[in-house]
Amino acid sequence: MSETRKVLLAPIFANNPIALQILGICSALAVTTSVNVTIVMCIALTSVTAFSNLFISMIRNQIPSSIRIIVQMTIIASLVIVVDQILKAYAFEMSKQLSVFIGLIITNCIVMGRAEAFAMQNPPGMSFIDGVGNGLGYSVVLLFVAVIREFLGAGSLFGVEILATVNNGGWYIPNGLLLLPPSAFFIIGGFIWILRTVYKDQVEENDFTMKAHVKKEAM
Amino acid sequence: MEALISLFIRAVFVENMALAFFLGMCTFLALSKKVSAAIGLGIAVIVVQTITVPVNNLLFNFVLREGALAWAGFPDADLSFLGYLSYIGVIAAIVQILEMVLDKYFPALYNALGVFLPLITVNCAILGASLFMVERDYTFSESVVYGIGAGVGWALAILALAGIREKLKYSDVPAGLRGLGITFVTVGLMSLGFMSFSGVSL
Repeated sequence: MSETRKVLLAPIFANNPIALQILGICSALAVTTSVNVTIVMCIALTSVTAFSNLFISMIRNQIPSSIRIIVQMTIIASLVIVVDQILKAYAFEMSKQLSVFIGLIITNCIVMGRAEAFAMQNPPGMSFIDGVGNGLGYSVVLLFVAVIREFLGAGSLFGVEILATVNNGGWYIPNGLLLLPPSAFFIIGGFIWILRTVYKDQVEENDFTMKAHVKKEAM
Repeated sequence: MEALISLFIRAVFVENMALAFFLGMCTFLALSKKVSAAIGLGIAVIVVQTITVPVNNLLFNFVLREGALAWAGFPDADLSFLGYLSYIGVIAAIVQILEMVLDKYFPALYNALGVFLPLITVNCAILGASLFMVERDYTFSESVVYGIGAGVGWALAILALAGIREKLKYSDVPAGLRGLGITFVTVGLMSLGFMSFSGVSL
């Protein structure tokens, strides 16, 4: 049981797909301007990762290694089509807001990366859990970014106004920068900084280390 | 003609794939440590983008779109739900063909691009451009221009980032920010710079 627990929980902080493995940043940042959209995206990605891991792991012994990439692609693309059709049928507004980013789950490196690195070597049950774990790791970062962006950028959470903005007669002047693309990069950079201050072993080596100053006037 | 030039400028600067839409970020961050590698990857993306977007445009307009199969005698067929599967298939196939053609006829170029070509199949910028093309309903000529523009914009961004990172490695960065963290902040600043193009149109 502890093994399962480790597989599920490790990707959330200790081995986070976005902050450490540099996977799946592509579609991560563009959908984080409001928390509602982000949650839908997280659910979509987690289910695609989990099920693609499950199915790929089930047929892992039958896939010839020379065409494995195309087989994985086909499975992933089919799952994404299912998610996309469900969204279009039951949450049309949401699917319009997410526009191309649901489709881009296909090329999201998390899905492909976990299929290749984990599902090809492990039994189906374990792979499913690994998929859920990595989906959650992705979700944690996305929600962190989305909460900051929506709260400070629009003064609201889940579309409900919390800080009364000036436009509506309140006091809060929303920081428009947080709704623009650059802020997402800064916030993720900050998230990585926090994470690496806690998990010191994730800090990268410096290519060049500075020597301490020796001359007086340089001090 | 003017509309096409304007579309090109918009695709390169205003709607830059990497800095405004965050597409192709994984390779963007992972392979931007050296300028030489960035040039190779950039050229590969431009080439693939220029071919795949128009091909997917033809595929969408003559096979997948609602009523598009009328020429084959199926006026009621709507295959647009097969979109994702077909676009990614087309991209994978074109990358594969390109790799074989280059290997046979332009070995020097093949050696230069070699490692980067297969990576491009899973680059979100490539699929993203095709999906944007479908969503915005571009005509064939627009899709050619958009493909080139999106590729050039992405190449420009990775080249600039690689140039900055080559200098950045000599600087003294706080331990937790070292490597990936500071790269994110740098990309954020670049993205901020590109925001200033947002009013530009011809």
